[in-house]
Amino acid sequence: MYPAPFRYHRPTSLKEAILMLSTLGETAKPLAGGQTLIPILKLRMDEPTDLVDIGRLPDLRFVKNEGGWIEIGALSPHGWIARSDIAKTVPIVKDCAGGIADAQVRSRGTIGGSVSAADPNCDWPALLNTLDAEIRCSGPEGDRTIAIGDFITEAYTTALQPGELVTSVRFRTPPAGSGGAYIAYKKAAAAFPVISVGVQMTVAPGNVCQDVRIALGGSGPTPRRAEQAEAELCGKALNSQVWQHAADAVAAIAEPTDDVRGSSEFKRQLLRGLFLKAGDTATRRSANAIIEGSHVYA
Amino acid sequence: MPDAINKVTIDMTVNGRKFRRQVEPRMLLVEFIREELGLTGTHIGCDTSYCGACTVQLNGAPVKSCTMFAVQADGCEVLTVEGLEKDGQLHPLQKSFSEHHGLQCGFCTPGMLMATHALLEENPHPDRYAIKKAIAGNVCRCTGYQNIIKAVEAVAASSKEA
Repeated sequence: MYPAPFRYHRPTSLKEAILMLSTLGETAKPLAGGQTLIPILKLRMDEPTDLVDIGRLPDLRFVKNEGGWIEIGALSPHGWIARSDIAKTVPIVKDCAGGIADAQVRSRGTIGGSVSAADPNCDWPALLNTLDAEIRCSGPEGDRTIAIGDFITEAYTTALQPGELVTSVRFRTPPAGSGGAYIAYKKAAAAFPVISVGVQMTVAPGNVCQDVRIALGGSGPTPRRAEQAEAELCGKALNSQVWQHAADAVAAIAEPTDDVRGSSEFKRQLLRGLFLKAGDTATRRSANAIIEGSHVYA
Repeated sequence: MPDAINKVTIDMTVNGRKFRRQVEPRMLLVEFIREELGLTGTHIGCDTSYCGACTVQLNGAPVKSCTMFAVQADGCEVLTVEGLEKDGQLHPLQKSFSEHHGLQCGFCTPGMLMATHALLEENPHPDRYAIKKAIAGNVCRCTGYQNIIKAVEAVAASSKEA
């Protein structure tokens, strides 16, 4: 299947890319790794007149851990992030980056593209909500930083203005004693997650939950924070009863759609199980346990 | 639809040979490899980035060539299944697929070979889990995967002895 014809442009700097996208107008689209955009074009669900290939722009593939912030450049591919130092120090990042689709897609797909696509089921938006991340953008009006919760406004929709591009994402470096886990349920590696959950928590001696953030993917049009479930855990000594109450609260706010991936009720039950598994992994990681790859496949 | 589409000149090294061609921007890398260069070992299975039959290595990394434009590979090195054989000798991975019955109809095999070749370049001694992860994006409808995994394990084990 060929996409509809388009003009191809390859700017050499971010500034040039922004200028080009602003001048060409809304029928022009940026192309990074193409792992979301190209399938859409091949299905002719979109027919842009111009593609601006930003895939090779310099200085946008990086990870940094400085001054209490971890920052990941927008053009960092998932597989590259999964092998980076950040993935070693923050295991929840490796869960997400190393679990996206398959090795081939992880070679090409980028974090900036994933967050800009804002698919309700895709991994980075849910993960970045778990870590309370900020999205850094650059556009014709200059640079700005947007909280992830404000960045994704609706399904497949972001706060990006015409000509504006994501340049990086950043979040606070988790403190000592903080552990996290991100788990998605997938019917196959190459398929989108059915539903997913991220938990990042700090556990004090005596197994007391000091701080926790929980975010859900595929549970509504945009990633959803489980604030009631966080309240069920915070300040409490963790035991199975506390976890069960939190799982009830997680299931209560999830509104997964009935679709080909499963019924709403099936997904809600699935989410309970994934949440308990993620919570267990996060707790053990907060005590520095090494636990690899956690996604669940059908 | 835009009125006039200019072709784009691209340079690509495929299996060690340099090529320069003018292509329409919308030409997919897999079509370029098969139709422009006549290398039909790379297969189109699903054409939706799911099945992995079109897997090639781009600067060493496994990619699905149906989900990439040829213009994006401008200046890159591409390795296809035809590039595995050296001096009329099958690559050890190809021999191992044959010896372990890692194929039946053979349609997925080029993709399986390139995905596992990329794995072995990065990690010469993968465990079973790593092999399964590496072919998670490749669909095989004949073998049930077990013999493919055995074939890759055998190559990993033989390079350990050497």
